[in-house]
Amino acid sequence: MNYQSEVSPDARKFKSIGTRPLRPDGLDKVTGKARFGADVSAPGMLHGVILRSPHAHALIKSIDTSKAEAAEGVHAVVTRADFGSDFDNPDVMDNVMAGKKALYDGHTVAAIAASSEAAARKALKLIKVEYEVLKGVTDVDAALAPDAPILHEDMVPDGVDPAPTKPTNIAHRHEFGHGDVDKGFKEADIIIERSFKTEAAHQGYIEPHACLATLGSDGRGELWCCTQGHYYVRELCADLLKIEESQLRVTASEIGGGFGGKTTVFIEPVALALSKKSNRPVKIVMSRNEVFRASGPTASSSVDVKIGVKKDGRITAGFANLRYQGGAYPGSPVEFGAMSAFACYDLENVKTVGYDIVTNRPKQVAYRAPGAPMAAFAIESVVDELAKKVGMDPIEFRLKNASSAGSKSSYGPTFSDIGLALTLETAKNHPHYSAPLGPNQGRGVACGFWFNFGGQTSVSLAVNADGTVGLSVGTPDIGGSRASLSLMVAEEMGVEYEKVRAIIADTASLGYNDVTDGSRVTFASGIAAIEASRNACKVMCARAAKTWGIPEDAVVWEDGHAKPAGSNAGDFKPMSLVEIAANASSTGGPIAGHHEINADGAGVSFSTHLADVEVDPETGRAEVVRYTVFQDAGKAIHPSYVEGQFQGGAVQGIGWALNEEYIYDNEGRLQNPGFLDYRIPVASDLPMIDAVILEVPNPGHPYGVRGVGETSIVPPLATVANALAAAAGIRMTDIPMSPPKVLKAIDEAK
Amino acid sequence: MARIILWGGLKALANGANELDSDAKNVRALLDELVELYPGLKPRLNKGVSVAIDGEIFRDNWFAEIKPDSTVHVLPLLAGG
Repeated sequence: MNYQSEVSPDARKFKSIGTRPLRPDGLDKVTGKARFGADVSAPGMLHGVILRSPHAHALIKSIDTSKAEAAEGVHAVVTRADFGSDFDNPDVMDNVMAGKKALYDGHTVAAIAASSEAAARKALKLIKVEYEVLKGVTDVDAALAPDAPILHEDMVPDGVDPAPTKPTNIAHRHEFGHGDVDKGFKEADIIIERSFKTEAAHQGYIEPHACLATLGSDGRGELWCCTQGHYYVRELCADLLKIEESQLRVTASEIGGGFGGKTTVFIEPVALALSKKSNRPVKIVMSRNEVFRASGPTASSSVDVKIGVKKDGRITAGFANLRYQGGAYPGSPVEFGAMSAFACYDLENVKTVGYDIVTNRPKQVAYRAPGAPMAAFAIESVVDELAKKVGMDPIEFRLKNASSAGSKSSYGPTFSDIGLALTLETAKNHPHYSAPLGPNQGRGVACGFWFNFGGQTSVSLAVNADGTVGLSVGTPDIGGSRASLSLMVAEEMGVEYEKVRAIIADTASLGYNDVTDGSRVTFASGIAAIEASRNACKVMCARAAKTWGIPEDAVVWEDGHAKPAGSNAGDFKPMSLVEIAANASSTGGPIAGHHEINADGAGVSFSTHLADVEVDPETGRAEVVRYTVFQDAGKAIHPSYVEGQFQGGAVQGIGWALNEEYIYDNEGRLQNPGFLDYRIPVASDLPMIDAVILEVPNPGHPYGVRGVGETSIVPPLATVANALAAAAGIRMTDIPMSPPKVLKAIDEAK
Repeated sequence: MARIILWGGLKALANGANELDSDAKNVRALLDELVELYPGLKPRLNKGVSVAIDGEIFRDNWFAEIKPDSTVHVLPLLAGG
């Protein structure tokens, strides 16, 4: 739908939207009352634990579970043999429980349910697995070598012409662009070519995966789990367990972070299989070690970039070859990297080629703007160098080449109104950009882009007899959506925010809801909540009309009251929501509203980041001393949450840029599966991240909302690299820019 | 006729074509036409695609209208974190 008429600047004066009320989940979270994945139990519950492969690549010759099955306290043992065949999602099945091969260190091989966790862990040691260890590969470029170990003997990539005759580790090839890059490079006065690598980073959510499952032999079950999408969990589990979706009721727990990492299943099908076999409820809670080894981080990447520019600063051509490894199965987000790489720039000649590559690592899972940060790191680093080469201010250089309304995007479609130039202009005029720098400090700037989307959403709300409103949504709240959706309902219905209580309903209660991802919930669930509110208001207008004895269309809803539409409708005192709700029983029964939508029109998102970085020349340690995010939110429903999204994305990007990495030994075993050795930034590592909210209304939403959850992680890698280059005179091309690498680069530059 | 542009990853599955003209009136009709013209595309299209019509992206909407003068990009199914 197009809401252009509603989002024009003078269309509406908001009462609730744009305020900063207390978060509805805050008290429960700080007092420990909130129930996360591991916080529920059931009578007769068993504890499930998982046996994981110690090898990165091995044939599973045999599994003997007989001794474990006989061990004290053990109620069930499952292996791949306990699952069926012919799955709609075969890779998900194989990732959840290894079949013929273990494909990465930590791959699930078997699982046990026992009366206590200790008994289960003891019995785990009694399972005998015979492996034939194979040579593995964890590096994305090494996986393409002619003699690289092949993970899947049947893997022949699509998108490659002619198709290879032998299996490879390439799953897919993608290509985007327009114009003639060769011609564009011939027109260039300056060309810079660079190669970049980024290591895998984990989403780093605080709460490990956890679930409690019940599944009877009749195929009926219940599942409580920590997820970003319980409907998708139901869909996947129904496929893997061969049960009907209607028979599995999934409830999403409170969630301690997701960032994309909780958009699939790992332990849930295993717990259901153990429950079915033992006929008892089974709870599984991942350890942090398991989270690192066996849940998906993002992809690692290797990217070659070539950009040509005229002396006046106009880019003539851009090319990037992107290679992303997505772990042991196809699905790295390289197509999004290839699509987004040059999206910030209005180019006549642009081409990107992306290769989706498999290696002996855990299957990657989405991480905030999946695929875009690695591409932006490469492109924005070269753009920074080019600006210096032509002697232009880096923001002016970007403004000269920036995409705007009417630009043909690098991935195809033509942009309509977008806010990139506004973020750049605002950054240029912000006090941060002209503030003096200290010794060993440098300032960097970079831009970022993300697509955003809407998706399937179903919302229901009920007006209670006391005039309060119950709001049921099916999109787990990972970023403050209960607050933002409650604000939208309050705005539409004219009630106080505190009178609206939003809950995340289970899968039996609403129509299908897509996963909470893609920065979609405040946008798509927001549309559904607004339209559901409008439907309920129509019902209330009808009740007032009946009471007054006038036609329904002679009544309008304003400021929480049904009112006669005009003097011709009659002289009646406006009837409040509280009055109408109190009399609902006598006027027709319960008052409710609902709305279902597969939302489009989410509107793309751009941001510009500024960072000041100080480099210690003695140790190579880089410290971010000032950081500002400029991003278009369309309309900020709850500005504190919008700022939180900007800040959170920036912090995660800074951690990825400076510290976070998956480190494997020569046998493909992960060496740092814990927060002591995998270093995410903590509050004391960072300055306050300043957030500047810009508002270019999106006509696809009644209030102009654009998703804000992902774009903010796209620019930080390059922003920090560009600041570091300015501070120390070194161009880092390898993420993370950890102290040993920076020190080496400083020494080499001397 | 509307101008249809396939993303580069589909080219090898569409007998080397990545641009064509079409009379399809909506996304459903377009996808059916593509499969009829290039059967090799079917598995990939069945996995899901996004379609941009004159710049507006539709993630999964059979009935989005394609006008005779539209430019349509068939793109990978958008996802997110």
